[in-house]
Amino acid sequence: MTSNLTQKPKVQGKIIVITSGKGGVGKTTSAAAISAGLAQRGHKTVVIDFDVGLRNLDMIMGCERRVVFDFINVIQGDARLKQALIKDKRLENLFILPTSQTRDKDALTKEGVEKVLNELRDEFEYIVCDSPAGIERGAQMAMYFADEAVVVTNPEVSSVRDSDRVLGLLSSKTARAERPGAEPIKAQVLLTRYDVQRIARGEMMTVDDVLEILAVPLLGIVPESPAVLRASNEGVPVTMDEPSAASAAYMDAVARLTGEEVEMRLASDKRPGLFQRLFGRTG
Amino acid sequence: MFGFIFRPRKTKSAQTAKDRLQILLAHERGSGPAPDFLPELQREILEVIRRHMKIDKDAVEIKMDRGDEWSSLEINIEFPNKEKDDSDKEADKDEGEDKAKA
Ligand SMILES: Nc1ncnc2c1ncn2[C@@H]1O[C@H](COP(=O)(O)OP(=O)(O)OP(=O)(O)O)[C@@H](O)[C@H]1O
Ligand SMILES: [Mg+2]
Repeated sequence: MTSNLTQKPKVQGKIIVITSGKGGVGKTTSAAAISAGLAQRGHKTVVIDFDVGLRNLDMIMGCERRVVFDFINVIQGDARLKQALIKDKRLENLFILPTSQTRDKDALTKEGVEKVLNELRDEFEYIVCDSPAGIERGAQMAMYFADEAVVVTNPEVSSVRDSDRVLGLLSSKTARAERPGAEPIKAQVLLTRYDVQRIARGEMMTVDDVLEILAVPLLGIVPESPAVLRASNEGVPVTMDEPSAASAAYMDAVARLTGEEVEMRLASDKRPGLFQRLFGRTG
Repeated sequence: MFGFIFRPRKTKSAQTAKDRLQILLAHERGSGPAPDFLPELQREILEVIRRHMKIDKDAVEIKMDRGDEWSSLEINIEFPNKEKDDSDKEADKDEGEDKAKA
């Protein structure tokens, strides 16, 4: 490895897909939190909504009133990429590429997606793709060009099973899988909605249970946290909202994504939460 | 006592959620899910402007802000001053209001 520490080389952007198979496990929440977290750490980041027809990332990011053109308009040549990118009002380094509400997933052509991603690669350090649920076209297009994958999993049977299917697709139906000699996609599990109390009572699988089954590295553990709903109400990625167990967990995961070694820990909302409720909150 | 402390905070974020949804859904229900006419509008603006001056096809920038009672559509057209040196590029700014009721 020839690394030069004094100089930041202009590298091509890294594409990270946030995927799961199962619906409602926290992909969009995670895509918003991770992309904002990367931008908060100074990385120029764009987050793309691949859930064509069911636009929601814009609401979670709080830019729903500013959508003019979308990903599909760009793919179909009706708008330029720079016209469709929405610049976050809070973070200098953060951009959102919303999806279409009127088209369906067939509008995602492999060539079109590749063209947009290549253009983004020249501009951004990180390109975060929020996958739709399922394993159909939308999900396949979201993962196809990825360099890394974050497999969002809840500690329950159907989610773990679907994650296993998705891991299979990541290692067979993607550009990196098809290109001879290419490094495979680096896939990591992000355990979300982790409910310590229910796990303690033996009602939910533990981290170890899940990792033993899926056999891929762990990116982080995001506890079940009321901060997630509150942040989504306000259209603020959870990492940009006031500190919570969820934001701490996502910031740790982001640090790991950028190559830092951070010890696995599980923050709790209880004490800081109460403290902030009584004294800390403004606005 | 606890209800007194916690309730205002809770209603606050829930109320924000409701307000945001009401504004968004008013637009989505009124004029269809998305403003699909915008790509065409952009093409037409470009065409009209090009009858009078030379501008790049990237020159039109459209911004939207959907509000409660009013929305705004901001159209920016950038063009080079051919006479002058390229040291000072100027932008022509044109703002229009697009009425929409909530
Ligand atoms: N750590 C968490 N604690 C509490 N609630 C959470 C957490 N993560 C996600 N949620 C909630 O779970 C629901 C689903 O989240 P989200 O929309 O991110 O899932 P998704 O995987 O993107 O769903 P879809 O498959 O429909 O795209 C939301 O109501 C969200 O607020
Ligand atoms: Mg989603």
